[in-house]
Amino acid sequence: MFSGFMVNTWVAGTLVAVVAALVGFFAVLRGATFLAHAVPNGAFAGAAGASLIGVNPVLGLGCFALAGALGISWLSRRGRSDAVTALSLVLMLGLGLLFLSLSQEYSAELFSLLFGDVVGVSSSELVPVAALGLVGVVAVVLLFRPLLLSSVVPEVAWARGLDPSRLELAFLVVMALATTMTVPLVGAFLMFSLMVAPAAAARSLVSRPLAAVGLAVLLALVVTWSAIALAYVSNWPIGFFVGALGALAFVLSRALAARADRRAAGPAPAAAPAEATA
Amino acid sequence: MPIFGPGFFQSSPVQVALLLGATVSVVCGAVGVFAVLRAQSFAGHALADLGATGGSAAFLIGVSQLWGFVVACALAAGSMQLSGLQRPRSRDVATGIVLGAGLGLAALFLYFDTTVSNATGVSVTILFGSLFAVDPGLLPAMAGLGAVSLLITLFLFRPLLLSSVNPDMAQARGVPVRAVTLAYLVALALAVALSAMAVGAVLSTALLIGPAATALRLTSSPLRALLLAALLGLLITSASVVLAYDSYYWPPAGRGWPVSFFVVALVFLVYLATELPRPGRRRRGA
Repeated sequence: MFSGFMVNTWVAGTLVAVVAALVGFFAVLRGATFLAHAVPNGAFAGAAGASLIGVNPVLGLGCFALAGALGISWLSRRGRSDAVTALSLVLMLGLGLLFLSLSQEYSAELFSLLFGDVVGVSSSELVPVAALGLVGVVAVVLLFRPLLLSSVVPEVAWARGLDPSRLELAFLVVMALATTMTVPLVGAFLMFSLMVAPAAAARSLVSRPLAAVGLAVLLALVVTWSAIALAYVSNWPIGFFVGALGALAFVLSRALAARADRRAAGPAPAAAPAEATA
Repeated sequence: MPIFGPGFFQSSPVQVALLLGATVSVVCGAVGVFAVLRAQSFAGHALADLGATGGSAAFLIGVSQLWGFVVACALAAGSMQLSGLQRPRSRDVATGIVLGAGLGLAALFLYFDTTVSNATGVSVTILFGSLFAVDPGLLPAMAGLGAVSLLITLFLFRPLLLSSVNPDMAQARGVPVRAVTLAYLVALALAVALSAMAVGAVLSTALLIGPAATALRLTSSPLRALLLAALLGLLITSASVVLAYDSYYWPPAGRGWPVSFFVVALVFLVYLATELPRPGRRRRGA
């Protein structure tokens, strides 16, 4: 499980989980869930196009993810944003379908691009994926405070001289980067689960932003590592495990949060003296 | 090269495709106007993706994917209504996570479809569909489901419109908003299932949202938008069938281009055309 080609998978999976959780945290915070679902599908078209004309898939993934993210944001400003997102999403999926149907290995390639492939990261892709991952992490760290401020209290961010449209642009670029590296491993459809589920689970458990980000990264790592191991052992598609484990993490965290709420609301007076003695 | 390739009008798959495209696009145009007005594009898309789960499961047990789409979409719509999450942001997150789990399950079912029952190409059929590949025997059933969906939408037109645009005022006027919403979700689920049959589960949002969003940019009257959306959908699907038929002679030759691609591309182009500057309109506005 840890030998030869699987090393690529573990290294890429770890990076993917960290970046996806970081970007996902802001996607949840900004209510950009649908966008997070749409952009990876653009990457799918890119990978399909790259395999058609025979260039490195990372290049195709990157170009299409970026074009998709910027295109959606440009069109959204002039119309109903959710309808525009839906239309751009299906256009990119349709393009991916066209590229794949014109190339040779149709079904197998389609399946692994959409639902992930545990050996989807080849050695020639590992270096660009790792580089993109590091750039993504650095970008989120640099943008952390302004992005947080403009996501939570846009007015204050505005007053401090932060340009919301420029921040939005930076966020979109980082999201496109993140999807570029994730799609070959996790698949275009399930990338979204990896971004949103750990972040949403973490947010329902802790409220401090930094702690929530840390927890989101931890959860994403657990989900990704377990998914890789389970997919390797069972030979089932890795996307299934990512989707199922992500949903499980979310449901469990919701249940935990609800129980904590109830306990806090219930025997509150009894808890007070104990606190006083401590 | 002629627009209508040789044998176009004699081909029976073409006739089935045209008929099917017409049925589906009229239903989707009507229902889609309300999906756009209610800002439910994401919900409609989630229904479609969950439909993929149903479709792939139906294939596994040897039933037509139509019934898988219908059952999965209806169940998903029902649980969306029951969960009753009101704040849009948490609703989107919950929708998204259910969607992710559903797609994961679809991946597993499709994997079983291809390995256990050894049916190659089933992923493409369920996810991306093809107007040319639909079993003609399903046409009556699909027309019936479409008629139910269309009748619900037309019958509830006014209360639905009011509760979509202003739920509080609808409540005050005595419209049973919950019942109307539930009936609408049934219509939406049926429309999505039909659209999934026509252009595949993951592309079905195109027919549902595209013509409706375009129509709503061109006219502000809901009734006119409904008619225009149905008409646009009809034109788009027919043109796609023609183009796909012609594309057998296109490069890189030998194979036709997928008809679902033409539907999606035309839907997007038609929407984009409403973005073009309209000098006449602008002068009047200034």
